[in-house]
Amino acid sequence: MGWELDDSRPIWPQLKEQLMRSIVAGKYPMGGNFPTVRELAEEAGVNRNTMQRALSELENEGLVITNRTVGRTVTTDERLIAQMKEHIAKEIVDRFMEEMAVIGYPAEDVMKMIQEKGVEHK
Amino acid sequence: MKAANIVECRGLTKNFSGVKALDHVDLTIGRGKVIGLLGPNGSGKTTFIKLLNGLIEPTFGEIVIDGQRPGVYTKSIVSYLPDKTYFASWMKVMDVLDIFEEFYEDFDRQKAENMCRSMGIQSRDKIKTMSKGTKEKMQLILVMSRKAQLYLLDEPIAGVDPAARDYILTTIINNYNESGTVLISTHLISDIERILDEVIFIKDGKIVRHEAVDDIKEKEGKSIDDVFRDTFRMIPFYGGEQR
Repeated sequence: MGWELDDSRPIWPQLKEQLMRSIVAGKYPMGGNFPTVRELAEEAGVNRNTMQRALSELENEGLVITNRTVGRTVTTDERLIAQMKEHIAKEIVDRFMEEMAVIGYPAEDVMKMIQEKGVEHK
Repeated sequence: MKAANIVECRGLTKNFSGVKALDHVDLTIGRGKVIGLLGPNGSGKTTFIKLLNGLIEPTFGEIVIDGQRPGVYTKSIVSYLPDKTYFASWMKVMDVLDIFEEFYEDFDRQKAENMCRSMGIQSRDKIKTMSKGTKEKMQLILVMSRKAQLYLLDEPIAGVDPAARDYILTTIINNYNESGTVLISTHLISDIERILDEVIFIKDGKIVRHEAVDDIKEKEGKSIDDVFRDTFRMIPFYGGEQR
């Protein structure tokens, strides 16, 4: 996984966001094993305390479950993952619309463009 | 019983022939953290680390590690990477491993040998014939193969190329004893800021800032590298005229 970290913001929320995306994208499948703090910290080039904090947040939100015997696994709650997916999608759309507004595209033109793109993609 | 904090200093001062290298430092360092000791050249980083090691004595003030003054006990729980290599020229890798095994109860020889192997260092290799970079890696392997309570790393990434820097940083974060604290002195901030929990800024022998990295980023919206540059900015000389 390519980690993209911006040093001007706290690192742990960025790790959390990127892990959430990986879960939603199915990189870590539902009910499957989740890597250890150590493995993830090594991969991202951050220290374990920072990665631990990101994982604790994912646990608090129920996306990742820690079990004493089998370690960490991804939730099997489909609804929760669907919710998370929608949340991330909305964020992407918001960001996109903002950028289009900055370069002076009204919403109708944006919609038209998207429809044309959609046809191309079919 | 272990003291709550790994390091405590009160009024710590060190003069070298009248010049203050450290000036009334009050500092508490907690356990289980990776901390950057950051300051420009000559700010007092090495002096502070040498005081922690008991290599030099304070002029005034007090320093305790796990509740005790630097001495035999503290040396058994502190793993120190000096800013210069100290191997004797006759030594082979196995000699150095023997010495560490004899000196330090917390030294994990197996771990050190595995790390050497992964670096392509053989136990019969002579230290003398190693490149500067390999010598530094060798020294780091020794230091990180101890299960210490405090790691004092004095400029571990100065003077090596970026690939070796990555190797060194990865070795540090993957190998330190998790309940221990790692104190890394450096002026190369951008290379290490991602692995730090806290930073200590030192300027002209005084601690000017000691804070959690996330808190600084949250408050200032800047990288530690940028905050460092702002803190230590020097005004360049513009020639004769005052501006």
